[in-house]
Order: sequence, then structure tokens, then C-alpha cells
Amino acid sequence: MTAIPALAVEDLSVEFRTRSGVVKVLEHVGFSVDKGETVALVGESGSGKSVTAFAVMGILDAAGKVTSGRAMFGGSDLLALSERDLAEQRGRELSMIFQNPRTALNPIRRVGRQIADVLVRHGGATRNDAPQAAIAMLKKVRIPDPERRAEAYPFELSGGMCQRIMIAIALACRPALLIADEPTTGLDVTTQAVIMDLIGELAGESGMATIFITHDLALAAEYCDRIVVMHAGHIVEAAPGRALFDHARHPYSAKLLAATPGETVSLEALASIPGGLPDLRRPDLPPCRYSGRCERRTEACDQPLPQRIVGDHHVVACWNPL
Amino acid sequence: MLNLLLSRLATAIPSIVGVVVVTFMLTRLLPGDPAAYFAGLAASPQAIAEIRTKLGLDKSLPEQFVAYVGDLLQGNLGNSLSTGQPVVTEIATRLPASAELTLFALIVAVGIAIPLGVLAAVKQGTWVDHLCRIVTTAGVSLPVFFTGLLLAYVFYYLLQWAPAPTGRLDIFLSPPPDITGFYLIDSLLSGNLETFWSALRQLALPAISMAIFSLAPLARMTRGSMLAVLGSDFIRTARASGLSPRTVVFTYAFRNAVLPVITTLGMVFSFLLGANVLVETVFAWPGIGLYAVNALITSDYAPVQGFVLTMAVLYVTLNLTIDFVYGLVDPRVRLES
Ligand SMILES: Nc1ncnc2c1ncn2[C@@H]1O[C@H](COP(=O)(O)OP(=O)(O)O)[C@@H](O)[C@H]1O
Ligand code: SF4
Ligand SMILES: [Mg+2]
Repeated sequence: MTAIPALAVEDLSVEFRTRSGVVKVLEHVGFSVDKGETVALVGESGSGKSVTAFAVMGILDAAGKVTSGRAMFGGSDLLALSERDLAEQRGRELSMIFQNPRTALNPIRRVGRQIADVLVRHGGATRNDAPQAAIAMLKKVRIPDPERRAEAYPFELSGGMCQRIMIAIALACRPALLIADEPTTGLDVTTQAVIMDLIGELAGESGMATIFITHDLALAAEYCDRIVVMHAGHIVEAAPGRALFDHARHPYSAKLLAATPGETVSLEALASIPGGLPDLRRPDLPPCRYSGRCERRTEACDQPLPQRIVGDHHVVACWNPL
Repeated sequence: MLNLLLSRLATAIPSIVGVVVVTFMLTRLLPGDPAAYFAGLAASPQAIAEIRTKLGLDKSLPEQFVAYVGDLLQGNLGNSLSTGQPVVTEIATRLPASAELTLFALIVAVGIAIPLGVLAAVKQGTWVDHLCRIVTTAGVSLPVFFTGLLLAYVFYYLLQWAPAPTGRLDIFLSPPPDITGFYLIDSLLSGNLETFWSALRQLALPAISMAIFSLAPLARMTRGSMLAVLGSDFIRTARASGLSPRTVVFTYAFRNAVLPVITTLGMVFSFLLGANVLVETVFAWPGIGLYAVNALITSDYAPVQGFVLTMAVLYVTLNLTIDFVYGLVDPRVRLES
């Protein structure tokens, strides 16, 4: 199997300027996604998953700044592109869908128009045939009665329907990479499965690479080829799903798994890991941001973190891996 | 949408009834005896009593009220004591002057405040943003009659750039033919540029006084609303879809941000209706505000009542219009009613 990376993120660091000082939200984040591959980015809330996605997409808040790194995509570094060039790629080559589909859609614009806007912008359709193309997209995400639904406003649709619209917007121009940021959080369990299957199927059809951001390890294991574990702005472990479940090497990953009763990990279970995320505003953050919560900590842990290859496609950033 | 408007209209009826009662009571409670004023200084007590009978002022208050409402229903607001003319006619001829002033001021204010607010939000922290802050702070702290007096003092008295604050036209010019009642429009329609220019010059200072007053709340609301919308999830979606900055700012952000601005616009408009009285007095502007002030000074009931009722009707109409426009922009309001 020859793997061609669709996206390779290297050494990505992001800071936020806040009232109480500079927060180093991401530090030396690196991972890659191959064409046709689905990679999960997991970690508890606040670990920097969304910020990673926003940085790659170039849609960070004004307060956020990329201080180092590269994000190689289709031969160019997304982080080095001008806003203008990046905007050309967004929605066409790389797309993103968000948590909270109801607020992620323009409340006063018909959903068909919102899909058409993206198509027209990227030359996927002319102004005249955009409405028809939008309806075709609605059909593709299996919205019943698409002609009528195209005329609806988001508030007239259920959360699941809105997420399908989001998917239609994101996939309208057949991107090479889709970042799905907790696309099913807030939806009921049945809808969750339907949405995940839909994304998986559409991705499979077009050989699209997918980054699936979640705090739900069970979902990640079910739908993804590889799992990347994040903690407090660091990537602590990356491994094929099976390998991670069989033998997690980072103490944090192990805790995540241990908190997994059978195949269902819940948000509450994640929260049961002792201690909280460290305060990222502290100037004297230890090299290992998990050390404050770690039972395996030794003196060696005060050295800059290693990147240890512990198996096939299995990397861990820890001095004393399990 | 129609239902929405009808229900709003229904809720407005009690306020109109209230205004009818209050205007009636108020004018009766105001100091001064109109019969005595009307009869003149040298009138004998008998003459005054006669006039009182003729005006119906000798009847009991309930009787007077019934007569008053009866007249109102026939569209009769009574006659002005000082001119003898029907109040309805006088208000109708003076309303365009007030309307032209208010609307012109509002257009100027909106034309400046909205682009300023939008730019301040889009370019947050830059000089445009600071300018916006200065404008909004200054506008709030200056009362409208003070701005009016200050402008007249500087631009008429000191600099002589503006004409004398004496009404709608240079005294040597005759008004344009009455088509819309708005001198600016009528003079253009009749192709009389000299009249147009004079009307514009006369209009400038009072309109700017009122515009400055309206600028602050409009610019502040536009900026705040734009900032809130620009930070919302769906704007992030729009950016993540690569939509052009123009589409993001105007089609996506502005149309959402304009909703609270419409509400503010309604409030500003109703403030302006009140501010008219002051500005028209300062600039001798022959509108209904000045008319009401003069009537009040001479204890002339009917015009004052007519003025207050006109204001109430304008106010209700205004609010209905605002609801209508709001419904046009926001489908949630339109479809959920
Ligand atoms: N606009 C911002 N200003 C300051 N800090 C931010 C901002 N956005 C995110 N952060 C910080 O970045 C960290 C990671 O956030 P996020 O990526 O949203 O976490 P996740 O998506 O993993 O739940 C959090 O600690 C959060 O406080
Ligand atoms: S580096 Fe040390 S402190 Fe950090 S997770 Fe590994 S063992 Fe624990
Ligand atoms: Mg997140």
C-alpha cells in the first residue's frame, strides 16, 4: 500500500493573545492524513483540536497567531499562502464542517442558496444552474424532498437535517480533504450514526481524506483508520485504531481507554481522568504537559519530549511509555 | 406577515385611545384662558363669556369630550383660534416641511452611520474604529438644540457660509409648485435649480443638527451588531467555504447585523419626531413642531391637540413600518407568525 499524504502538518504552534497574557495553545503539533484515509483527532475538550483545524483552514480568530509550522497540502504550504489564495482553496480543495449545525448555517438565507453560494464562488456551477446543482447536492446527502427543502431556512429544519446541509456545502465542490469538527455532538444517537455513515460513504466514493475530530474514542475507533491523541495542545500519541486499543503507549491514552466501558466512551468518562488540563498561560509549563497528572513521571520527564516510534505507524511522545 | 401587521395594529389601538384622552385632558389643564386670549385684552366680561359659549367651553368636561371625539371621528380637529383656519389643513400644509427635514436628516445619518459602523467592526482597532468611537461619544453628549444653536452660530453668524436660519427658502424666492410638498424634490421636478440650491442650503444646518443627534445610536448599534455577527458560527462557515470577503461581510454578516439596526432606526426616528420641535424653533422652520410651540404659547388648544394626535399616528405608522421591514429581512419573524 503506497500512502500519499493529502495533508501533512509539521511543527504547528499557535498562540492566542488574551487579556491575561499569551496562551501557547498548540505546540509542535504534527500529523498527516493520507488520501482516502480517515484520521481521528481525539482529546478532551479544550485540548486544541478545533484550533488545529482552524489553523490549517486559516480561519483562526484575530487573536490567534501561527508562530511556527507547515501544513503541506497539494504541494503548497497552507500556512504560507496569502489569505486570497487560501480562500480559493477553502470550500473547493479543503472543507470543514462544524459542531452545532444549527448555528453554523446563515439563519436568514435559504439553505439552497447557501449551497449555491459555494458552487458559484468556486466555479462549480454558474449562477443560472446553481439552484439545480444545489438540489442535486441535497439529493446526494439524502435529504427527502430536496426541491422543497432547498427553499427552507435553517430554523425550519432539524439538527440532523442542518448537518446534512453543512455536509452538502462542504462537499459541493468535491474537496480532497474534509475536516469534520465534532459533526455529531449534540445530535441523537441514531442521527449520529446516519451522519457518520454518510460522511464515510461520500468520502469513500471520491477518495477524500477525512480528519474526524471527536472526544468520543468509540466513534473514532469505529470510523477511523488511525487515531491521533491530543492533550493540552500536544500530540501525545498517534497509532492505527487497532494498535491503540490493543496497546496504548502514552499514559494519557491509556487513561482514556481505561475510562472506556466496553465500546462506549462518553464525555463524562473522559472527565474522570484525575486533574485537569494545565493552565496554558503559565510561563513555566513543563515540557510534558501531562506531567501534572501523570503517575509514571520521572526526572527524565523534564527534558524536551521525544518522538518515539514504537510500532508500525505508531508514535508516542513520552519518556516512560507503557 | 399580514397577520403580524394586523395584530400589531390591534395593539396600537389602546395607545391611540389613550392619546385622545390625554390630549383632551392636558389641553384643558394647561394654564391660560383661551376665551380671554381670543377676545383680546380690551374685551368685556360679557364678550368673553359669549366666546366661551361659542367655543363650547362652558359645557361640562364629559360633554366637551364627547363633542371632541365626535369631531375627531369626522376628521375635524377644530379651528385654530389665532388664525381661524381648520387645524387639519394647517397641519397638512406644514407636515411636508417637518417630514422633509426629518427624512433628510435621517438619510444623512444612515448614510454616514451604517458605513462607519460596518467599517469600524470590519477593521476593528484601526483609525476608522476610533473615529466611530469619537462620533458616537460626541453625538450622545450633545443635546440637539445645542448642536443646532452652535451650528447656526458658527456657520451663519461667524463664517456666513449658511443662510439666515429663517425657514425653508430664501425670502426672495417663491416656493416650487406643490407636487410632493418636499421643496428639494419639487424644485427638481419643476427644473428650478436655483430654488433647489436655496432649499438645500436652508435645510443643511437643521438637518445636520438632527443627523448628528441620530448618528451616535445608529453607528454604535451597527458596529456592535456587526461585531457580534462577524464572530458567530455561520460566518466561520462562510469563511471556511472560501466565500469572498465581500460576500462574507455584506451578504452574510450585514444582512444579519442590520436587524437590530432597524429597531434602533425606529427608535431614532421617534426621537427625531420630538427633536423636531426644538430644531424647528431654533431655525424658524415652518413645520408642525414650530406650529405646536406657537399654539402652546398662545393657549390655542386645537392645534396642540392636532399636533399630539398627528405625532401619535406617525409613531404608530412608523412602528408598523419597522415591523414590516423587519419581517421582510428576517424570515423567522415572517414565517413564525
Ligand atoms: N479565541 C480564543 N482566545 C483565547 N483562547 C482560545 C481561543 N480559542 C481557543 N482558545 C483556547 O485554546 C484551547 C483549545 O481550544 P479548542 O481547540 O477549542 O479545544 P477543543 O476543540 O479540543 O475542545 C483552549 O484552552 C481554549 O481556551
Ligand atoms: S513524559 Fe513523563 S510525565 Fe509525561 S506522560 Fe510520559 S511519563 Fe508521564
Ligand atoms: Mg472543539
